[in-house]
Amino acid sequence: MSTATVPEPTAPTADGEDRLNLRGAILPRFVPFAVAAGSVVVALLIYLLTPVDSEIQIVLMAALIFVVAMTAVSTSIEGSRRARDRFATTLVYGAFLLAVIPLVAVLASVIGKGAARLSPSFLTHSMNGIGARDSGGGIYHAIIGTVEQVLIASAIAVPFGLLVAIYLVEYGRGRISRTISFFVDVLTGLPSIIAGLFVLAFWILALGQGFSGFAGSLALVVLMIPTVVRSAEEMLKLVPNELREAGYALGVPKWRTILRVVVPTALPGIVTGVMLAVARVSGETAPVLLTVFGTNLINANPFSGEQSSLPLYIYSQAGQPQQFAIDRAWAAALVLIIIIMVLNLVARLFAGRSRLK
Amino acid sequence: MATRIEVTGLTAYYGKFKAVSDVNLTIEPKNVTAFIGPSGCGKSTVLRTLNRMHEVLPGARVEGRVLLDGEDLYGAGMDPVNVRRTVGMVFQRPNPFPTMSIYENVIAGLKLNGIRKKALLDERVEESLRGANLWDEVKDRLNRPGAGLSGGQQQRLCIARAIAVEPQVLLMDEPCSALDPISTLAIEDLINKLKSSFTIVIVTHNMQQASRVSDATAFFSLEKTGDPGRLVEFDKTSKIFTNPSEKRTEDYVSGRFG
Amino acid sequence: MTTEPDSSAQSAEQRGAASATVPPTDGPDGDPTRGSTTGGPAPEPAALAPPPAAPAGKATIGKADVAFKNLTRAAGLGLLALIVAIALFLVLRATHALGQNDGNFLTTQEWFPNQDPPKFGVAALLFGTIVTAAIAMVIAVPVAVGIALFITVYAPRRLASPLGYIVDLLAAVPSVVYGLWGLLVLAPHMKGIQLWLSDYFGWIPLFRADSVGRSFFVAGVVLAIMILPIVAALSREVFLQVPTAHREAALALGATRWEMIRTAVLPYGKPGVISASMLGLGRAMGETIAVALVLPASFKISWNWLEPAGNTIAANVANGWGEANDIGRGALIASGLVLFIVTMIVNIIARAIVARRRDFSGSSA
Repeated sequence: MSTATVPEPTAPTADGEDRLNLRGAILPRFVPFAVAAGSVVVALLIYLLTPVDSEIQIVLMAALIFVVAMTAVSTSIEGSRRARDRFATTLVYGAFLLAVIPLVAVLASVIGKGAARLSPSFLTHSMNGIGARDSGGGIYHAIIGTVEQVLIASAIAVPFGLLVAIYLVEYGRGRISRTISFFVDVLTGLPSIIAGLFVLAFWILALGQGFSGFAGSLALVVLMIPTVVRSAEEMLKLVPNELREAGYALGVPKWRTILRVVVPTALPGIVTGVMLAVARVSGETAPVLLTVFGTNLINANPFSGEQSSLPLYIYSQAGQPQQFAIDRAWAAALVLIIIIMVLNLVARLFAGRSRLK
Repeated sequence: MATRIEVTGLTAYYGKFKAVSDVNLTIEPKNVTAFIGPSGCGKSTVLRTLNRMHEVLPGARVEGRVLLDGEDLYGAGMDPVNVRRTVGMVFQRPNPFPTMSIYENVIAGLKLNGIRKKALLDERVEESLRGANLWDEVKDRLNRPGAGLSGGQQQRLCIARAIAVEPQVLLMDEPCSALDPISTLAIEDLINKLKSSFTIVIVTHNMQQASRVSDATAFFSLEKTGDPGRLVEFDKTSKIFTNPSEKRTEDYVSGRFG
Repeated sequence: MTTEPDSSAQSAEQRGAASATVPPTDGPDGDPTRGSTTGGPAPEPAALAPPPAAPAGKATIGKADVAFKNLTRAAGLGLLALIVAIALFLVLRATHALGQNDGNFLTTQEWFPNQDPPKFGVAALLFGTIVTAAIAMVIAVPVAVGIALFITVYAPRRLASPLGYIVDLLAAVPSVVYGLWGLLVLAPHMKGIQLWLSDYFGWIPLFRADSVGRSFFVAGVVLAIMILPIVAALSREVFLQVPTAHREAALALGATRWEMIRTAVLPYGKPGVISASMLGLGRAMGETIAVALVLPASFKISWNWLEPAGNTIAANVANGWGEANDIGRGALIASGLVLFIVTMIVNIIARAIVARRRDFSGSSA
């Protein structure tokens, strides 16, 4: 317990006096809610007087009135600094709400409309012999195509990307490594259709190869590489230097230290990055459109002949005016989202196991 | 300038965890008061209640009163923003804003208060940097990043930043724990100089430092881990270090415990 | 380690260790992200095989080391070769078609590569690409920064991490799904707001419209919704890395929450937000499917952004690709080359902005 010598408290200053200027007029907590309610009422009144076209405009109007009124009230009572703080708070909350609406709407549409059409037969049948006006059909051929294309792309992009990352982190110094690093950034920002056009120009037009799943894989490789390099680079950088030095001190050559110690330590994080890259390319449409071409038939051979893929399937079905086709597009979108979400969840599980992150 | 702080019945929580319980003490103006004690005793927590920085952490709350010249910081109508401008703070690790130059760092607080006039800002920058014994070292590179200075210089920059807004009280949370002995000495010299203008409260792990720089010392302790910290003894520094009235204080300052 | 719960610097340190890109706050030299303090508990290197004792082994080890280094370097150089190949093959295929072109490729608005003589130009397409991407950026970047601030600063802690998680998941939703939604759900709903804009802001030429429909504006909104999660997710990550010490320093100076954001959070996060925005811009400019599904594919520079008109480079590739002959494909590839160059320029500008105040930059990004 306190044995402190507690002197007489100094006499409180006269009521209301604020010599140190510690006080601030702060609006009671209910005020923002009251102003919000008022804004809605005013917006509704305006709506009744001069009918506007849609409900969205009432919401927008109410929001606008709230911002103006709240800022005015706050400025007059709390001063401009607090008013600005409240204004920023309103905007941030507003931005959040504004964004939540469409994003939730996207998921709700896909889940609602997709689930209505999804069925076991949808997953196990192709579009062979099914026209846009027919109600049947499925995505079996598209799933085969997506899985094969993404697996082949990963088989090429992951080792390649990992080697580049090892070079950048463990060996790279000076100009070459800076140049590579810059072009990894360029590749990160590369529009996916360019990857498709490149493979089209190189593989199909210049080398005279046909459309195939493999051509699609090549385009996806271009898109996967930067993601794999960047995430592997980040994880390798996190490996403590002591580990490398411990390896060298034991006389273990550098390459074995890297492969036996550094990479395994960073592995869970690298796997996470790879899974995210896989998830991303699984949904790519544009490059696949130019290189795989699309078909209604099952083609399990990725090296010969046109294939389909899920994104491509969604695109071609959504472009049709018939409701049957549109329903199929929603259902395929749901399947694609589920696949990507599962990949993301698995990636997170790996990230959770990582010792470094 | 400089203000008396009276703490009565102060209890601070982190969520459900009671970090420190029932602290009563009076900090005299233009004095240096040191808080010492083992880790987890709540001395930093008490320090952070003195300018309402405690409540910044999620779930943290305070009971009791902290009177600044008779005004309760936790009373109705008190604006934490104004409180913090009046009670400045220096942190354990030097934390100049990395995106700002030395000059911008010093005026960061002034700009918040709407001071824009270049001449006035220039004047206050020189004044504050001189006040923090840093002017001569940085006057030729005021536009260089603050993060480029040495650790000790960064900490003095943070002190300059804190005193630029002309607070009444300066709280220092282990300001030397991340510094080398020479920088530490420079900060201690500075504390001696600053106490002519400010009421200073310093948390320190270093008992020599407490005995060197402070006029009064508060010793905090706790029974065992998980218990709330308590104020054990508060008295003149000379008494705490030579002839404390509590056995536990004596054990601690003589190095037999903690 | 102390057990003191109130040590701010300590929590900042833990936070630092928990993030992948710990920005160096001091010591501009060296590579602090590789520093020893950032790692978790170091596993014992017991898995290492003991070095071969035979002296003859040394030479082979040296060779293997060199070989491995060269292998990784070859991969790095291969990446450069890939970029060169992309540029080279686009140019090769484009020049043939451009040689046959009857119009000026950069200023012509029409797109008739299949007629004789072919006449096509990228002007209207480039215009559409820039306009839709600009609309998307104007809407998405402030909103995304707002979301990121909401999650990192404003939201109660219990809400913050699930929200961050949801934003990350939304960032992974493929663009074709957003395009599908934009076409089938959003576009019909956009009529009201477009009419309202043209009624009340029609005096601004951009908002003047005789009829409203699947316009640049709608395409821009769909693109904005599409890039919103990715920009928000990356910005959130940057804001999370702002050290608690800097936030507390601002508050201790008497900053309001907004002033704290402006003093400590935004300047620190700026390079990261710029990078995130550039990634978003790249996605918006290159987005093919969503725009191809929304825009009516007309080849005219239109300054009335609410009217149904317009096309973009990427959408035109997707639309025109099926019926293109040899010249047509070359023309599409030529337009793709323009898109490639534009995105390169955007990337270079972004890097320049990020690098300009590197000394002051809190982030290593």
